[in-house]
Amino acid sequence: MTTAHSLTIDTLTLGYGDRAVIENLDLLIPPGQVTAIVGANACGKSTLLRSMSRLLAPRTGHVLLDGHDVQRIPAKQLARTLGLLPQSPIAPEGITVSDLVGRGRHPHQGMFSRWSHADDIAVADALDATETAALSDRPVDELSGGQRQRVWIAMALAQQTDLLLLDEPTTFLDVSHQVEVLDLLTDLNRTRGTTIVMVLHDLNLAARYADHLIALANGGVHASGPPGDVLTEDTVRAVFGLDSRVIIDPTSGQPLMLPIGRHHMRHSSPA
Amino acid sequence: MKQERPARTASTTPPTPTTQTVLRGRVGRFARRRTVVLVLAALIVIVLCVTLLVGQTIYSPGEVFRVILGENVPGATFTVGRLRLPRASLAVLAGLCFGLGGVTFQTMLRNPLASPDIIGISSGASAAAAFAIVTLGLGGTQVSIFAIVVGLAVALLIYTLSFKSGVAGTRLILIGIGIAAMLDSVTAYILSQAADWDLQAAQRWLTGSLNGPGWAQVVPVLVAVVVLSPVLLGQSRNLAVTQLGDDAASALGVRVDRTRLIVIATAVLLIAFATAAAGPIAFVAFLSGPIAARIVGPGASLLVPAALVGALLVLVADFIGQFALGTRLPVGVVTGVLGAPYLIYLIVRSNRSGGSL
Repeated sequence: MTTAHSLTIDTLTLGYGDRAVIENLDLLIPPGQVTAIVGANACGKSTLLRSMSRLLAPRTGHVLLDGHDVQRIPAKQLARTLGLLPQSPIAPEGITVSDLVGRGRHPHQGMFSRWSHADDIAVADALDATETAALSDRPVDELSGGQRQRVWIAMALAQQTDLLLLDEPTTFLDVSHQVEVLDLLTDLNRTRGTTIVMVLHDLNLAARYADHLIALANGGVHASGPPGDVLTEDTVRAVFGLDSRVIIDPTSGQPLMLPIGRHHMRHSSPA
Repeated sequence: MKQERPARTASTTPPTPTTQTVLRGRVGRFARRRTVVLVLAALIVIVLCVTLLVGQTIYSPGEVFRVILGENVPGATFTVGRLRLPRASLAVLAGLCFGLGGVTFQTMLRNPLASPDIIGISSGASAAAAFAIVTLGLGGTQVSIFAIVVGLAVALLIYTLSFKSGVAGTRLILIGIGIAAMLDSVTAYILSQAADWDLQAAQRWLTGSLNGPGWAQVVPVLVAVVVLSPVLLGQSRNLAVTQLGDDAASALGVRVDRTRLIVIATAVLLIAFATAAAGPIAFVAFLSGPIAARIVGPGASLLVPAALVGALLVLVADFIGQFALGTRLPVGVVTGVLGAPYLIYLIVRSNRSGGSL
């Protein structure tokens, strides 16, 4: 039911002050898939994601949504197609879950237009999809970290965009909640065809959950493609400067990276 | 303008339990806010009537009504028409301005301490008005313009000084408090240098006072309320989304910089107009928003409730100041007595919860 939108990046250079973080980067986000962006700290993952949703204007180059420069698409119109969940959004004090999720309807509402039935349905739909309906009247600040993250995702869902960008949606969550959030995003992708692009810290979770993996290094794309092709010992060395072994994850069949450090190794020297 | 997207569930299907919960929550929030607004408006009308009827002489409602209609009633025409009515009107209008301007700043900067009377904008407008009247001998609209220009300049100055790769609320507040102290001392200096130094003027420009306004002082504030409040109300949805943080708000289609500019400029204008007429009535801008938030509950837009709380605060405080305490006190002294404990409470609470404001 979703029409596939194309998101392409064309010779993009991004930076803060004098420092260029991303240089002459070209990229194509495969429509209808889950894409994960990985890379070392400060390699420009979040910066790239921010520029995709026009929070950051490029120095040169363009981010194109269906061939149109996102910087030129009217703000609300863009927000009906492309959603972003930033790393640390702020929940106003005391706000209830359904009220917060309702804020996701903003791009669908005019300046004075009344709240419509479609808005209620979209909010209910988002609460159901994230299994937060039972929390709907609770204040957000009373929830646990995992619940809160699901509520934020519900807000992004209520926005009903065909593309959803997420900046480290699993940070500060314990491992079970990380898996829960990534499963939820996979459900969305499978049932609604939502194109998902997320920045992830955990290489192994990224390899498991992404259809398409992008590894950033030195201001550009080091490798991109299916996780099986991208997550290799060479890539880990080039992107993170780390020796590792990559084996096949027996639970998923995807690559699994095992870091090699200086201690606790079975063999005296890495192969 | 609005592009409807088809709902994902056909509207003919019976509403799911979740849809009903969402609807109930939303209707409940809306109903509570509407009740609060109606009750506050009714209270303002009641207190307004009382202040018109009651004073050193008590007039009947009939007499007051005839004065308002323009008839000549011996005694009442002067007392009510010239003294009480302009004073009460200014109380309501200035209260609306302070309440609306205050809550706008507090919402925009996500901090109850970021009120224009704490961060120096009222002080700037007040110093400018004092300078215009006492030193330059100006009057009427010229004073308002002077106060507005300086109010905007102070806002710009605080914003620029606190800008360092994005505006951090705490830095802005601390800089604002410093600037407020400087401007207050400027006002005190202007008053001390005035040839026709009198206590009335000092009271007005230091704490705010509603003593003896003519219609010439009231009308500019009325115009400000009529012209500027619709601008702010038009931004109330954007303002609500901005509370989620700049990035989240932009992602939801709000042009954050533009919204911030419109909203802050409008709020500064409201504060400056009110200050030029009534002085920086202490703590009204600071108190109205949090009081409104307590009554309305979380989530709802506070603009209208806070404006009404502001008007009610000024009306009641002025009435108390005039009649309840034996001696006549300017309204700012009364609101100051109410506001100072709340300021202390906020600072104590924020210290307990981890130090940052």
